[in-house]
Amino acid sequence: MLDRLRRPWSDDRAERTLGAIACLAAIAIALMVVFVAQRAWPTFQREGLSWLGSGGNVDSQLGSMAFNTSAHPAASAYHLRAWPLIYGTLLTSGFAVIFGLAISLLTAIFVVDLAPPVLRRAMTPVIRLLASVPSVIYGLIGILVLVPFVGNDLITSGQKESVVNVIQLTGAGLLVSVAILTLMITPIMTALTIEALASVPRSWHEGAVALGLNPLRATIAVSLRAIRPAIVAATALAAARAIGEAIVIDMVSGGKAFTPKPWDGLIFIYEPLRSLASTIIDQGENLTEPAIRSSIYAFALLLMFSGFMLSVASRLIRRPLRKYELSS
Amino acid sequence: MAHAEPVTPPQLSAPPRRSGRRSSVRSWRRSDQLIWLLAWLAGTGLCVAVAAIVTFLAAKGISDLNPTLLVTRPSVSLDQSHSGGFLDPLIGTLTMAVIGTLIATPIAVLSAFWVVEYGRPRWLAGIVETSIEMVAGTPDIVFAIFGLALFQLGFFAPLSFRASGGGVYGRSFIAAGIMMSLLALPLTYTATRNGLRATPRQLREASVALGKTRIATIRRVLLPNVRSDIATGATLGMGRIIGSTAIVVLLLGATLQNNSQGNVPLLGFLRGTGSTLTSYIFENSPSGEGNAPQKAYAAAFVLLLLVLALNGLVARISRVGAAGAVNAGRLSL
Repeated sequence: MLDRLRRPWSDDRAERTLGAIACLAAIAIALMVVFVAQRAWPTFQREGLSWLGSGGNVDSQLGSMAFNTSAHPAASAYHLRAWPLIYGTLLTSGFAVIFGLAISLLTAIFVVDLAPPVLRRAMTPVIRLLASVPSVIYGLIGILVLVPFVGNDLITSGQKESVVNVIQLTGAGLLVSVAILTLMITPIMTALTIEALASVPRSWHEGAVALGLNPLRATIAVSLRAIRPAIVAATALAAARAIGEAIVIDMVSGGKAFTPKPWDGLIFIYEPLRSLASTIIDQGENLTEPAIRSSIYAFALLLMFSGFMLSVASRLIRRPLRKYELSS
Repeated sequence: MAHAEPVTPPQLSAPPRRSGRRSSVRSWRRSDQLIWLLAWLAGTGLCVAVAAIVTFLAAKGISDLNPTLLVTRPSVSLDQSHSGGFLDPLIGTLTMAVIGTLIATPIAVLSAFWVVEYGRPRWLAGIVETSIEMVAGTPDIVFAIFGLALFQLGFFAPLSFRASGGGVYGRSFIAAGIMMSLLALPLTYTATRNGLRATPRQLREASVALGKTRIATIRRVLLPNVRSDIATGATLGMGRIIGSTAIVVLLLGATLQNNSQGNVPLLGFLRGTGSTLTSYIFENSPSGEGNAPQKAYAAAFVLLLLVLALNGLVARISRVGAAGAVNAGRLSL
């Protein structure tokens, strides 16, 4: 047997074997869709698409599911309105991606064009390192440093008292969640942008400068324009990371399915929330109850679907932008 | 005809002084000056933030870390000084990295070879590319919950931890490792694919002209040439694996100690539950069950050192590789 493997392979056989192995990724994705959708099915079967809407308190809805331990719960046991969690996810990752995009583009311009050579050489590896720091470390800094700081020094006691009947403002909430998420995704976007900027031929930039643009304007008008596909791809990747980040949000968001309301004024940024992903972590112990399990898998289905949508959207946006022969 | 006035050359203003780039910022448009300012702010702000985080973690880590923490097992205690060290999580992290990389690397490399070197039928290659892109865009929490559904099947029961009653939890190092490999797969794949695409055509043509088959070309010519790309991708994947928390919490159990399943030495360990440094940090933060911030800081510092070491390795591999390989290979994140 081993002897057969050691003999030189024929091309046909090699092509078939490698092709079969390459299909494993596709099989994994297909299996994942089937398994998660199948487990989530009871929820959608009983609740329909109004499941995505708002109404009632998700925390108490999940809580009553956890107490319902019958193996075949009634249809009413599946009652859940997931909007607060979806809103929490969209709010945190939306803000984080907007801030992250602005900061990463500016930082990339700084590193490539403006920074003194010493700083430039130092910053590229540092950003790369930051991009690979485990998110739980950012979460730890968030919960041990930022949350107490915001809770004790930024939120006034008057603000705390004004909402004491509704929520507790501990410091964990929208502000810290967005800050930590931004800190987490910015290095990833910056590293990808810098790498793409480095692949733009220097002569394009020099040509633009020779035509009378100042160096910064040349970078914006020529280099950034040329790497738009890479920026879109980096943003999609960062958005996927932000939406799916469970642990960090679980640590710094306050863990309460409250919907922060912009019309609350300044308190808005301190209000607690919870995202889809962090709810999955929270309820990981309760997966034996059918109703809760189905709801959790429905959350996962939603996350998976948004991940797929992001990669499809990024492909669709990138295609018309890819006019220049740059690899990205 | 009256003689024409000699054309006076247009009055040139004084030639622009070459006074370095930075002093010319004054002459730029207002909006450009603003962007210039913001870019400086963002860049220096990032430097300051990095310096602050690293110094803070290093200060906390060094003051809270003592070598005995690395070699003692965690134990149950309300008092931080008696709750043991993090030997088990450290072993868990290393085990996860090894299992995940061992599974992901061959699959990723062979897939990349097939897509770049064969890639027929085209639609199938397109599906493979899209799937791997989808894997890259899927959050690790989804892999975790998918793994839970998959390994709770009776068919996979031998691979995972069992409750005393015989119920299948679907939690084990093997289960978590297989899901972890999905995190590393796209990174290794992309690095290998980019390396292959950067390999000059002539290399393949020369090999074929010497009478080698395609698979022999792959094994004898292309594989050695993209070795450093593979190593880079695998190391990046390893970094992703040791940074994942969600999969550990849901699929490995994030137990205090590593619990073996059965008595077979290595297999029992792999079938058992356990924890890694990431889940240890999570459990010891105020939001976890342990709430021992000093332990969490110390573990975070160790984890950061591991990541630093991996990053150094990546830089080293790509430097050495760039010198040896025939390509215009570049690093991919």
